Amino acid sequence: MNYPKITEVLENKREAKDVKTLTFKNLFQTIPGQFYMIWIPEIDEIPMSVSYIAEEIKGFTYRNIGEATNALYNLKKGDKIGIRGPYGNGFEIIGNHILFVGGGTGIAMLAPAIEEAIIKNIRTTLIIGVKTKSELFFEKRLKVNGNEVIITSDDGSIGEKGFASDVARKIIENDGIDSVITCGPELMMKKLLNYCENISFQASLERFMKCAMGLCGQCCIGRGIRVCKEGPIFNGELLKNIDDFGKYKRDASGKKIYF
Amino acid sequence: MVDITTNIAGIKIENPTILASGIMDEDAGSIQRIIDNGAGAIVTKSIGSISRGGYPNPTLIELDHGILNAMGLPNPGIDDFGKEIKLLTLSKKPIIGSIFAGNIDEFINLANKMQNYGVSAVELNLSCPHAKHYGLELGCDSNLVRKITSSVKKSVKIPVFVKLSPNVTNIVEIAKSAQEGNADAIVAINTVKAMKIDIDIGKPVLSNKIGGYSGEAIKPIGVRCVYELSANIDIPIIGVGGIKTGEDVIEYLMAGASAVQIGSGIYYRGTEIFGKLNKEIIDWMELHSYVKLKDIIGVSHT
Repeated sequence: MNYPKITEVLENKREAKDVKTLTFKNLFQTIPGQFYMIWIPEIDEIPMSVSYIAEEIKGFTYRNIGEATNALYNLKKGDKIGIRGPYGNGFEIIGNHILFVGGGTGIAMLAPAIEEAIIKNIRTTLIIGVKTKSELFFEKRLKVNGNEVIITSDDGSIGEKGFASDVARKIIENDGIDSVITCGPELMMKKLLNYCENISFQASLERFMKCAMGLCGQCCIGRGIRVCKEGPIFNGELLKNIDDFGKYKRDASGKKIYF
Repeated sequence: MVDITTNIAGIKIENPTILASGIMDEDAGSIQRIIDNGAGAIVTKSIGSISRGGYPNPTLIELDHGILNAMGLPNPGIDDFGKEIKLLTLSKKPIIGSIFAGNIDEFINLANKMQNYGVSAVELNLSCPHAKHYGLELGCDSNLVRKITSSVKKSVKIPVFVKLSPNVTNIVEIAKSAQEGNADAIVAINTVKAMKIDIDIGKPVLSNKIGGYSGEAIKPIGVRCVYELSANIDIPIIGVGGIKTGEDVIEYLMAGASAVQIGSGIYYRGTEIFGKLNKEIIDWMELHSYVKLKDIIGVSHT
């Protein structure tokens, strides 16, 4: 049933400046890349990709950027939220050497995918791109055996100074990568797609979402492809044939907003 | 060979399944997908004079026997929407432009813009159950319905459909007013005014508190309205409400509808529902020795 079931917040833990992870009890099997609709009563209901997918406890990690996330940010253990989901298709964790590229908060939803790849004994390289040092999180969680982690920052305050996409390009050209999985700013992901001519590419797309049930049409891209239902993870072949990708998204009214 | 073509106000439709307003119809790409899936015609999202973001979420939830929504008439505004319709002009399927407004002049302006964009007809949304100053607030006043309909009719050459609400004491009276205003067809019904309170927190779930109920629960209400309308008005009726199967379509046709619209059905059977319904309608007609769809329309009255 696509109805927001009232659930208690288990924990709402700080990860970095303005970033928290909220966990809740939930027994639904969830795969990396899927999302839940989170209802904050009397405020809003928003999509959140999972950053933790344990059998009994799920969680998502978010940045405080607007009214709804600010309301989430102030929630405490025991507060009530409504949960429906999981929704969407999720990642396919395939390849011999996967390059993960997380831009900004995008790293949050990549984390469970990286952990799954490690469990599957797939060689992984991860680039976390941030604007500045204070934005970085999940570095410790993901610095584990078998996963090479590279940090980039726009201002050079941590890791390599520069863009994650430029570092990714070198790695794709030289390190025998056969699969790229990414979540972050769309222009970054669009650049990455251009570097992935002959290798598998999967990106998680964000569009203004309302019903998450494939009905309202708000999140559609291309020829009526619903990000909530056929996505939010799309492969390179599909994205190459969609005009919207890296060009525009539509706001709550359906008006096109160019990047 | 069974003939499932139908005709509404001179518009030939290759099959009776039309996409209802508000579902997968906010941009050209989504509409194209529904056309690809076999809809006979499509109705656009209800479009107003200026862009509206609609209500905050939750705007749509599933209940036991249907779907409850209060989207709040989100739309990019008539000027931006023109680009979407122009992208669709290559398609041979009729596009019906749904419009909503707060006064007569606004309706006239919107209808004219829709006509210029090349739509086959306009549908006046006089029945949205949850938007202040629009929809049902106008559509429950028969004098106003007559005035709006006749004013729009005088200002455009394309057919004008009027979409009515079941949330009135007497839908026939309102439909007669629309007919007196020279409406070319009646579309019935819009969603049924409804709400859901979450008992764990003691609050309404929809941000707008009150919304409109659609899906299988409202089919008997829709069938009843179409039946009553069919017995009392002379213009064609497009039946809407809770259609999921070919047999549901047959039932609406028997009540007196010349075509039907599908909305929530997409949730239950996917965007492929249009092609599926058409196959089911053909199968049913073959089994019951009907050759023409027209022969089913209104049979329950005889």
